[in-house]
Amino acid sequence: MMAQSFRHALFCGVITLIIAWPILGLKLVAEGTSITVRGADAFTWAAVAVAAVVVFTFQLFRDRLMGRLEVLQALNPLANREPLPDAKRIRLENIGMVLLIAVALVWPFLVSRGSVDLATLVLIYIMLALGLNVVVGLAGLLDLGYVAFYAVGAYTFALLSSYWGVSFWMALPIGALLAALFGLVLGFPVLRLRGDYLAIVTLGFGEIIRILLNNWTSLTGGPNGIGGIPDPTLFGMEFGRRVRGEGNVSFHETFGIPYSSEHKVIFLYLIALVLAVFTALVIRRLMRMPVGRSWEALREDEIAARSLGLSRTGVKLSAFTIGAFFAGFAGTVFASKQGFISPESFVFLESAIILAIVVLGGMGSQLGVILAAIAVTILPELAREFAEYRMLIFGAAMVLMMVWRPQGLLPMRRRHIKLKGV
Amino acid sequence: MLVLEDVYTHYGKIEALHGVSVEVRAGEIVALIGANGAGKTTLLMTVCGNPQASSGRILLEGRDITRRPTAEIMRSGISIVPEGRRVFPGLTVEENLYMGGFFNERADNERGIGRVYELFPRLKERGHQRAGTMSGGEQQMLAIGRALMSKPRLMILDEPSLGLAPLVIRQIFEIIAQLRDDGITVFLVEQNAHQALHLADRGYVLETGRVRLQDTGLNLLANPDVQNAYLGG
Repeated sequence: MMAQSFRHALFCGVITLIIAWPILGLKLVAEGTSITVRGADAFTWAAVAVAAVVVFTFQLFRDRLMGRLEVLQALNPLANREPLPDAKRIRLENIGMVLLIAVALVWPFLVSRGSVDLATLVLIYIMLALGLNVVVGLAGLLDLGYVAFYAVGAYTFALLSSYWGVSFWMALPIGALLAALFGLVLGFPVLRLRGDYLAIVTLGFGEIIRILLNNWTSLTGGPNGIGGIPDPTLFGMEFGRRVRGEGNVSFHETFGIPYSSEHKVIFLYLIALVLAVFTALVIRRLMRMPVGRSWEALREDEIAARSLGLSRTGVKLSAFTIGAFFAGFAGTVFASKQGFISPESFVFLESAIILAIVVLGGMGSQLGVILAAIAVTILPELAREFAEYRMLIFGAAMVLMMVWRPQGLLPMRRRHIKLKGV
Repeated sequence: MLVLEDVYTHYGKIEALHGVSVEVRAGEIVALIGANGAGKTTLLMTVCGNPQASSGRILLEGRDITRRPTAEIMRSGISIVPEGRRVFPGLTVEENLYMGGFFNERADNERGIGRVYELFPRLKERGHQRAGTMSGGEQQMLAIGRALMSKPRLMILDEPSLGLAPLVIRQIFEIIAQLRDDGITVFLVEQNAHQALHLADRGYVLETGRVRLQDTGLNLLANPDVQNAYLGG
């Protein structure tokens, strides 16, 4: 036993050395036109050695140390608690939702412009995560290319507005429907795939869309992106200082208040809020409808679901299409918020972050996903001072989360169907 | 009720069924027995359209279903209790039953669940328990109950006794007999040949993708070849 853990610890220590030595210990220095490799200073070497020793010691006593962590469990007031009865839990969740929305409504009038902007981004991620939750959490289809549908929504609005001057409100349904259409089209070839294979194909699809946007320069402007995307209007009222669209009036003149750039930011935020609430409500409704139950049945056991006469094609396509629809929604809002989009906004990392939100929140649970979206978007902003270590902190948080709460923040507990008179 | 006429089925290039003809008449219990790999499950899957027969015809109540998609076949009066039960482990018993009547009216489902609970009082006790936490026997009852929810005229059971205790197996077979009395035609696939043939009106013996023998259940039980091969001598 001891010998085994000693071997393991030694192995981990050596691996640490092997990884740290070239990354930290070797430096490329430019001398004129040539580049030479230099060893690092003594302090770095010492640090690498100390790190290796720390890893070695930790691995050697890992079991004992992790055993001590039980103390942390005991400190957690929610641990080992009886699950709440259904009715009470649902009431609490509803209260939580209402509180969240109430805070969200007054939020923009209390904080700075930057915070409102960030909150808009949070809402966009909430929409994305709720949409992906349908595909991954409910239907159990691992989609690693979800960002593609987001891109379709954003680019639909950007292109429509720059070629034909289509407004935000017209582009919103078009973008969402077009994204849904892409979801449907992608759905067909991947129907037969499961698990890993599905993940690979969707990953490829996400990259195809991004690379297409990047290289179809004549249409999309390639890496230069598309700028000058108009802001949304409120019944023909614009939020800019000067009116751009024909027949529009400006918001501040109509109401006789002085111009402020904050109006636009707040308005965008409120649109995002309304759309996010709309997304949550629609998906909540769908979850209780037969289509929602068929997603869950397919996730639980595909063969059994088919034996009951459910069409695998129909169920998977509906999940993909609905998920993509809301990504298109979010994409349109994103394009409008940024005013400029380029393929860089739709890299794989985005898909990964959205997926991380869904997993962290607890697959299938709406409130959990919303909280996770807030956490995942805001934490990196709070940690701005540690800019270089953001991804490191993010990674560490994910690992800890998976160790301590693998089922997610608020795991899904479905509202069970109850029948009358049985 | 269900007629297979000279059905061939292929998995890729491999031919798994070599011209099988089977008939299940309305109101009967028909047992299909055979060793591992004889093609019993393949035959059932072919009836369900997954995979589809490469030649031959399958008739359900006189209608040709050979080329119909699985989802459509499963909605036309057949229901199947799949091998290994395959209940939805994360759903409650009641939700599992509800899934069985997915295409029914709500009121029909409430009546249907009531009927299933009469048949299996055990399931009523467990109505709000997650199906994955129940014993194998209870899960098998649930799988049968779920299959009943769509009000089938023909029920296909694939190895319902697999992995169950003898006492539970007897219970399950009693239920199957009761299904016939309720007017449901039963097509039973079993390795547990002894009990299956006792119960069945007629039986088929499948060997390497061909029907080797067919007779009444009791005659097959008495048949020395069957006794040697499937009943342990």
